[in-house]
Amino acid sequence: MSAAALETRGLCKSFGALTVADDIDFRLEPGARHALIGPNGAGKTTFVNMLTGALRPSSGRILLQGEDVTAVRQAARVKRGLGRTFQINQLFRRLSVLDNVALGVAERRGVARRMWKPASRHAEVRDESLALLASLGLADDADQRVLDLPYGKQRLVEIAIALGLKPKVLLLDEPAAGVPSLESHRILEVLDRLPADISILIIEHDMDLVFRFARRITVLVQGEVLLEGAPEEIAKDRRVHQVYLGEQRHV
Amino acid sequence: MSAHAGGYSANPRIRWIEWLPFVLAIAAFFALPEYLSLGARILIYILYALSLDLILGYAGIITLGHSAYFGLGAYVAGILGARLGVSDPLVQLVAAAAAGGLLGIATGAIILRTRALTLLMLTLAITSVCLEIANKATPVTGGADGLSGIVVAPILGLFRFDLFGKTAFLYCLVALLIGWLAVRRLIYSPFGASLTGLRENPLRMHAIGAPVYWRLVLVYTISTTLAGVAGALITQTNQFVGLNVLGFESGGELLVMLVLGGVGRLYGAFVGPLVYLVAQDFLAKQFPEYWYLGIGAMLIVVVMFARGGILGIVDSIVRRLWRRA
Repeated sequence: MSAAALETRGLCKSFGALTVADDIDFRLEPGARHALIGPNGAGKTTFVNMLTGALRPSSGRILLQGEDVTAVRQAARVKRGLGRTFQINQLFRRLSVLDNVALGVAERRGVARRMWKPASRHAEVRDESLALLASLGLADDADQRVLDLPYGKQRLVEIAIALGLKPKVLLLDEPAAGVPSLESHRILEVLDRLPADISILIIEHDMDLVFRFARRITVLVQGEVLLEGAPEEIAKDRRVHQVYLGEQRHV
Repeated sequence: MSAHAGGYSANPRIRWIEWLPFVLAIAAFFALPEYLSLGARILIYILYALSLDLILGYAGIITLGHSAYFGLGAYVAGILGARLGVSDPLVQLVAAAAAGGLLGIATGAIILRTRALTLLMLTLAITSVCLEIANKATPVTGGADGLSGIVVAPILGLFRFDLFGKTAFLYCLVALLIGWLAVRRLIYSPFGASLTGLRENPLRMHAIGAPVYWRLVLVYTISTTLAGVAGALITQTNQFVGLNVLGFESGGELLVMLVLGGVGRLYGAFVGPLVYLVAQDFLAKQFPEYWYLGIGAMLIVVVMFARGGILGIVDSIVRRLWRRA
């Protein structure tokens, strides 16, 4: 079996007596379109935070492209190709859209610590950032401050920053959260056009989006993997209906 | 004069209006010879405020203890000139800069692991400790009496510090010019852009792979180095150093000046000390007992009605006129 893009083995996390991740074995295959679903409080965000290195697991291992990164810091995992977006926007609100993306591009290219040549003369960073924004339909907004943008576009900037890191593995934490359903198709369009070689794990509540985007789904309940399979299997499974889909439909 | 934010689409060229402070300083040099010592003090505080703006306005590091590094620089220059017989002003300046930088990296490496209120308290603690050391180490620092008899030789062996403060004024002006060019360069660089990223959202900076902690320590050290230089300048122009350069009051006063001028705008650091020190000079002459009242009133007005400081007010007036035209 070839190395997974991202893998966890026996991953556990507890806060005191509360176990939020219980022995999670998980594989994200190269080029995957994988969704992680589960009811509120299932431990999805905790799981993502352990993957990125923001949170240290109580036990278990995390492997990024076959290498153990359990003890590797967050910034170093990013350098190794792990990018993420946030469920709640984490943007540089008073900076321009261009700068939001350029900061990440500059970090990846290793120019962010340069102190002499003006930033605007680093044409390679600027051009790459503008091209990325154009590909997401944000070219006209490059000079706008993020806080002046409508929320739907802010969500796109959230994704744009992560893409500027040219990740090999991308974790999308509820990319459509808070976006009115009329606009969420814009997000899906963007997701559909992401390069096929990026391995993507998406955490999402919007079931339409999950079933249209994902080719594999993992269901997390109370910190444990309940089930993993193709979308059709998940949709048919009665346990999933009970704990998750059923609950969703009643709301 | 808009906020100088840097970034990847900012034009780094120096606009003519940015030379205005230096033109005014030269004009003041000829027109107001009796105010040169106040003038030199203003120039020094501008450099000092610039160093604070770099960490507070750009990188978002909140501090009340910047006087620790200013005071250390002042005492290093003073001790060299009065106790160790090192009278060359440029040597004193470099030594003060190095001392400010070293204390900056040593303390920054510890306190920059914390944030917000904890950080604020730690910066206060550092300057208070420095104040107490200066107070108790009487044989070296002169304690509460201060350190006098500081010998400062002519600059480059050519320019003697004269009684009228002409040399001192020009010396400070050159130091400010160099400091300003360096800080401005830094703000417009990719490093400067990443500082604004740290201010806006440290969490995201981690997520884009930035070495957040090291970058904070680095900018803090650069800033404390500059503060050390400003401290040396104040000692050299006064040929005296006392405890008032250290402690919470001194650090707080600097913060007030910067807030008054406008934080994170580069030129707020010019306007704030100018207005503050001129007002202080004027009010102290007119109302020797109540001058702090005037300063306080000014600060209240700015904080209540203009969060961007005096430059923020100028900005919004200009923008309104622009729209009407």
